[in-house]
Amino acid sequence: MKKFFCFALALMMLFAFAACSNSSDGPAANGDNEVFADGDQYDEIGGELNILNWGEYIDPELITLFEEETGVKVNYVEMTSNEEMLIKLKSSDCVYDMCFPSEYIIEQLIASDLLLPLDMDKIPNAKNIMQDKLEITNSFDPGNKYSLPYMWGTVGILYNTTMVEEPVTSWGILWDEKYAGQIWMYDSVRDSIGITLKYLGYDLNTRSEAEIAEARDLLIAQKPLRKGFGTDNMRASMINGKAAMAVIYSGDAFVCMDENEDLAYAVPEEGSNVWFDNVVIPKSAKNIEAAHAFINFLNDGAIAARNTEYIYYSTPNQAAMDRLDEYFTGSETYNPPKEVLDRCTVFHDLGDFVSVYNEAWNAIKMK
Amino acid sequence: MKRKVFAYPYIVWMALFIAVPMVFIFYYAFNVDGSFSFSKVWATLSDISKWRVLWVSIEIAAGTTVFCLLLGYPVAYILSNMRKSIAAFISVLFFVPMWMNFVLRTYAWQAILEYAIPNMLGWTDKTLTGSVWAVMMVLVYNFIPFMVMPLYNSLSKIDRSLIEASGDLGANGRMTFFKVVLPLSVPGIVSGITMVFIPAITAFTVPALIGNGNYNLYGNEIEMAFKQAAGSAGSADYSVGSTLAIILLICVFISTAVMNRFDKDHEEGGNLL
Amino acid sequence: MKKVKPFRYVYLALMLLFLYLPIIYLIVFSFNDFSTGRRVSYANLGRWNGFTLENYTNVFAGEAGSALLLTLEVALITSVVATVIGTFAAIGINSMKKRPKSIILNISQLPMVNPDLVTGITFMMLFAFVNGVLVNMGADRLSDIVKLLIAHISFSIPYVIFSVMPRLKQSSSMLYEAALDLGCTPMQAMFRVIIPDIMPGITSGFIMALTMSLDDFVVSYFVSDLRSTLSVYMYSAARGAKGVNPALATIIFIPLVTLLLIVNLRRISKEREDEIQNKKVKMKG
Repeated sequence: MKKFFCFALALMMLFAFAACSNSSDGPAANGDNEVFADGDQYDEIGGELNILNWGEYIDPELITLFEEETGVKVNYVEMTSNEEMLIKLKSSDCVYDMCFPSEYIIEQLIASDLLLPLDMDKIPNAKNIMQDKLEITNSFDPGNKYSLPYMWGTVGILYNTTMVEEPVTSWGILWDEKYAGQIWMYDSVRDSIGITLKYLGYDLNTRSEAEIAEARDLLIAQKPLRKGFGTDNMRASMINGKAAMAVIYSGDAFVCMDENEDLAYAVPEEGSNVWFDNVVIPKSAKNIEAAHAFINFLNDGAIAARNTEYIYYSTPNQAAMDRLDEYFTGSETYNPPKEVLDRCTVFHDLGDFVSVYNEAWNAIKMK
Repeated sequence: MKRKVFAYPYIVWMALFIAVPMVFIFYYAFNVDGSFSFSKVWATLSDISKWRVLWVSIEIAAGTTVFCLLLGYPVAYILSNMRKSIAAFISVLFFVPMWMNFVLRTYAWQAILEYAIPNMLGWTDKTLTGSVWAVMMVLVYNFIPFMVMPLYNSLSKIDRSLIEASGDLGANGRMTFFKVVLPLSVPGIVSGITMVFIPAITAFTVPALIGNGNYNLYGNEIEMAFKQAAGSAGSADYSVGSTLAIILLICVFISTAVMNRFDKDHEEGGNLL
Repeated sequence: MKKVKPFRYVYLALMLLFLYLPIIYLIVFSFNDFSTGRRVSYANLGRWNGFTLENYTNVFAGEAGSALLLTLEVALITSVVATVIGTFAAIGINSMKKRPKSIILNISQLPMVNPDLVTGITFMMLFAFVNGVLVNMGADRLSDIVKLLIAHISFSIPYVIFSVMPRLKQSSSMLYEAALDLGCTPMQAMFRVIIPDIMPGITSGFIMALTMSLDDFVVSYFVSDLRSTLSVYMYSAARGAKGVNPALATIIFIPLVTLLLIVNLRRISKEREDEIQNKKVKMKG
């Protein structure tokens, strides 16, 4: 019997090796197309680069390409929330060389002195980043010293037009009893409470306990109408028509609309959140050379275009934008018009006050 | 050379990697800025929401255990009445699904409850995920083999002649079952309950995949204390997680003590294969 | 023997259907074409788009492949090391006096009784502490594979011990002394006499350790930072947008089922022979 067991294992391993070696020579740069916009050359760097990022948030072929160009072995780890990223970066046992948190987390990381200032000389491609985007990121990272925008977008409502007939103009539709059991909320403290505050006409970054209590009660009252709190898993649910609407990031919404024509996206008129996921290098990073090279690599016009065409989130990179076709640039979801952006604000770090948010969030989830 | 020596490498390993890690739970729970203090433990214990989570988890775990028992007992009973060789084969069939990773099985249930069944029934406005019943059903699914196994063991150990004697003395089938078989299978029931109840409290993947984020169970609470920044400082607050883990350990030791009282020969060690 | 009534078979069949339903579902959908949209999304597990074998050709592409390799690597090393340490530990413990024996056996039960969640967080805290010390000393951190191995070996050893112990109890301690009397060195007595005698216990301990390690999710989830084992990979994929390739289910399941059925059919046929033998003995008596 043992002999058989060993045999079976050996077979499995053989199979696995065969499959793996097949895959590694698969993705390659298409010979004819330009790989780098400016004909960049990358030096051999070597070593390992440990990246912490959101799920489905990079074109895996780009990682392979970077590995081939620089000889760096990339270890890529995914997580599902800003808070998860924060805890890993704040741990004394932090092993990551770069990561992609959102604005309010970056503020907190800067305040805790956990980030390395970026060496802009090593990131010449940073020039491709749109000036108006840098002006916004300047508000949470003064002087854009520690971070550069990677992707950005809005928070809004993705809805299925076969189920929702009226136009979606207000967050109030999330409390409409017609859609009981068909409403997805985003499983994130700041996002879910934030949009409720906006619905009530308050500030996204409010420090008023009374306003938060009001938002909390509204979300508790929403319980019977809610399908649940989701993150990336809402995508499949919406694509397959299993829910009428979802509070979702614009990039995810754009993916879903691509797969299911019945879906539409709207940023309600009360206003919403505009968010930025920026790339940062933690102080504990080991391979700083490779981290800078990778940031520069990601900001190359051609690379950034490929990346955004894969993940469907909006790029802040002008050189990439110029390469995109009408399908992206013409979409109000991908490329929101100015009047939408004007009613959106960024999240800011709330310091210790965040515990009030967390308490409210616990109360909402426990009901 | 004494044979005792052979155990020394294990004893060293055990001290380093079984005993010492346990110390950390207590260290992080009671250590406040370098000195021993109850203050953090007290802060966690006085948080009502934690107790509410524990209570909800106990309710769901208890429900899971009851359903496992109600569904599993007949299985074990039927098996114990079959020919040994056939029963052995069928019981293997019951354990085979456990060898597929439970994350994958739970994932499959998510698809069945979200898509397959609603599509089959033609529902357009509702699905089956996200309810407490869905969470409980998948928990029952994952843990029922752990209930059937000890039940089958204790039922098949019952001396046949006792049942025959009961029949000879005039008891009908039902009386025999309630007066003879059921009392004799109590050790199996108890060990089945302990094998299902505690894992059901700590199963954080099932609520995460099936509950649509609507149900945080005790396991999720511990997982979040270590993996998500819940504290205001944003850094890992090991003290909260450790305190929650200590409460859990108390539950575990109570249930183990109960099990030991009923099942004297558990030291033999179970063997699934 | 009582006759088994038909409704009992129906009940068993329904329960088995309940247990196998998700597995069958995944196996069926492993032949589904998921690439109809712009991207491959395995999360669209509800829509049948047509038959394809593509899921099998790329089942180990990318992260899943490295996760599988890591899982196999950890499981094999774990089961070998745990079997060696555990077997010798069992032999040593068996020859101890009653009190130390019961103390050690009770502590050994700890990892088996502990919820794996608690095991996971204790190792997480231990390694965070050790890494802190190592970094202060200017040394390298423990790598993921070392952490995984330590954790997996630790929770596997007790299963080996408790598989070997019953065998040791059955085998007579006289055997060892007899071997010594007949001129064996203690080492020879150990390897020529005791170990062959308890081999079935060692084998089942090895298989237990292997399955515990292969099947583990929770401990690996808390312990590893950079590399994921197959189950950790599947959990993050299941929660993510892309979903898990259902072909993984078949790939994992079919070899295991075959293996288990063969092992058990052999055991059952042996038991059956024993049963027949017993009957014959009874009839003679």
